[in-house]
Amino acid sequence: MATTGQGDSAPAVALEGVGRAYGERVALREITFALPAGATVAVFGANGAGKTTLLRILAGLLRPHAGTARVLGAELPREAFRARGRIGLLGHEPMLYRDLTVRENLRFHARLHGVALARIEELVAQVGLAARADEPVRTLSRGMTQRAAICRAALHAPELLLLDEPLANLDPGGAAAVQPLIGRGAGPARVLISHDAEQGLAEADHVLGLRGGRQAIWAPVADVALAEVRRLYA
Amino acid sequence: MTFGRGLRALSIASAVLITGAFALVFFYAPNDADQGFIQKIFYVHVPMAIVTLCGFVAGGIYGIKHLRSGDRADDLRSYVAIHISLILAVGVLITGSIWARAAWGHWWVWDEPTLVSFLIVFLLYACYQPLRFSIEDPERQARYASVFAIVAGAFVPLNFMAVRMAESLTHPRVLSTTGGAMPGDMRLTFLVALVGMACLFVTLWKYELASKSASIQLRSLKRRLAGDDGLAPLARSAAPQQL
Amino acid sequence: MRATVAALVRKDLRLELRAFESLPAMLMFSVSTFVLFHFGLDRGSLAGDLAAGVLWVTLLLAAVLGMNRLFVAEREQGGFDGFLMAPVDRTALFVAKALLLFGFLVAVELVAIPAFVVLLLEPGPGQALPELLAVLVLADVGIAVVGTLVGALGVQTRARDLIVPLIALPLLVPVVIAAAEASTPLFEAGGADAFPWRWLLVLGLYDAVFGLLAYAVFDFLLEE
Repeated sequence: MATTGQGDSAPAVALEGVGRAYGERVALREITFALPAGATVAVFGANGAGKTTLLRILAGLLRPHAGTARVLGAELPREAFRARGRIGLLGHEPMLYRDLTVRENLRFHARLHGVALARIEELVAQVGLAARADEPVRTLSRGMTQRAAICRAALHAPELLLLDEPLANLDPGGAAAVQPLIGRGAGPARVLISHDAEQGLAEADHVLGLRGGRQAIWAPVADVALAEVRRLYA
Repeated sequence: MTFGRGLRALSIASAVLITGAFALVFFYAPNDADQGFIQKIFYVHVPMAIVTLCGFVAGGIYGIKHLRSGDRADDLRSYVAIHISLILAVGVLITGSIWARAAWGHWWVWDEPTLVSFLIVFLLYACYQPLRFSIEDPERQARYASVFAIVAGAFVPLNFMAVRMAESLTHPRVLSTTGGAMPGDMRLTFLVALVGMACLFVTLWKYELASKSASIQLRSLKRRLAGDDGLAPLARSAAPQQL
Repeated sequence: MRATVAALVRKDLRLELRAFESLPAMLMFSVSTFVLFHFGLDRGSLAGDLAAGVLWVTLLLAAVLGMNRLFVAEREQGGFDGFLMAPVDRTALFVAKALLLFGFLVAVELVAIPAFVVLLLEPGPGQALPELLAVLVLADVGIAVVGTLVGALGVQTRARDLIVPLIALPLLVPVVIAAAEASTPLFEAGGADAFPWRWLLVLGLYDAVFGLLAYAVFDFLLEE
């Protein structure tokens, strides 16, 4: 596609008719949307609506069974390797080795992604973990673990952040501390799953609502009322 | 997807060849001087063994095809080939055991490298279906099964080589026939038995493929009629249930 | 690739030293099994093929303990996802884990072989160290390669601890055959026979075939 002007940049995420099944059970069906670079989409839906499946497809961990998915310009799964290293995932699990310290976990992650080790110190200080960074992850509280997991997700300066309830378990201090890493002004495009409708809407530029694997809402945030989102959970 | 092409011709060919082989065994092939009539089990045992091994290797080849193409039909072919070969392998072990008993007086002989290799191969492939069953996600199940089929298929020749080397110097083959060259009437009977067994394998393979693919297609039609939630979910199974 | 393998191995070594999941179990198991064999066979000392057999069966069963644990941390703590999203060659995981298992086997042998010599082996002139080392290295490579592959195969299944030995043990029979045949003259109490080099060739062939195969096929086990 020929570029026309400076304002033109490829969308961070472009899905068309994407579907995914687990055996016979269809988890996602006909998902179609495009997220511009640097923008945030809040994903809402009841349990089992397909949010985690969608996140894992965008992360390149699941391959779509139908439709086309382009993430950061790379078509999945054919060109998935082109997007690797440019995406940060914060899932249900912290993806940290419990017997290693925070620093050791982050160092491992940094080595896999070719990130300078000095960056770890910046992030650890920023989220307020400096005092506990040399303790094994299994000794940390859930809030501290969440902060460490956020560091891991943002360490390699990804262009796309996939966040599954990032503020869960965080106290207000923690929530503020992680803002510069994964918050709205941080820079990368964000796909944000949240169960807090108000807070999710406040963070987002676009809204994606899933019900039963299907796309029930896709609109800019200004066009979506809180009540509409609440209806997804009915 | 039709798997049933040529099934009638194959069935008839198998029936003819097997009957012919039996006739030859009973009326044409010579009686062995040492072992007597029971030696003729060789005409069942060895062709079955050869066909079984080829079946396992074929399972591995279809495993490679499945991994390369992602076509689940290849996984079905691999599954059925291994499945039938496993049943035949039991037959090989039983006929080998009967033969050993008749020739040597024991129900099992460690000196016979083919039999020993077969036991090891059988123990390995006996894990194929439990492995499949223990993986719930059908795509992953098919992929892991293909990996297993490939590794196990490569293992078969290595295993035979190693076992034969281990036994060859110390013990003579117990269950050999004429130590190499086969007289003409034995050779003819053997070849007919071999081709008949191979035909039988391919016929059974195609039958099972046709049957399974028919059930799969039937189910997908039912789903389309009843809607996604209209049917009871499939029970876990080692066999492929989707194409 | 080398950097990725190094990072993975460092991480796993650190985990092992911190949590002690595999190595102590493998070591204790080996020594206990030697003692068991002493009582089971009711022999004060072994020589020749019996010694070789006892040694190799014990080492193999100890290896199975290591195989079972090899990928557990990845599976249970989200390590696979983290690795799959990194811009690295995925086969590095196979190489790293195989190196790790090989390292564990060497560590176990450093203790188990002297224990074996002291507890069970009949002293004799036929015991030659360089040949034994050659057998050990080649056999360990085979066990490591197959063990890593089967460990990865088993970690996603529900009956992991059962499936891994059931698949790995038949696959490793040629290694047992070759290693035991090759070690037999080394453990002879009487005069030593010539060292059967062809069994080293068999081990080498096994290692090459399964090494290449595992390298080619491992990626498919990582996808979801």
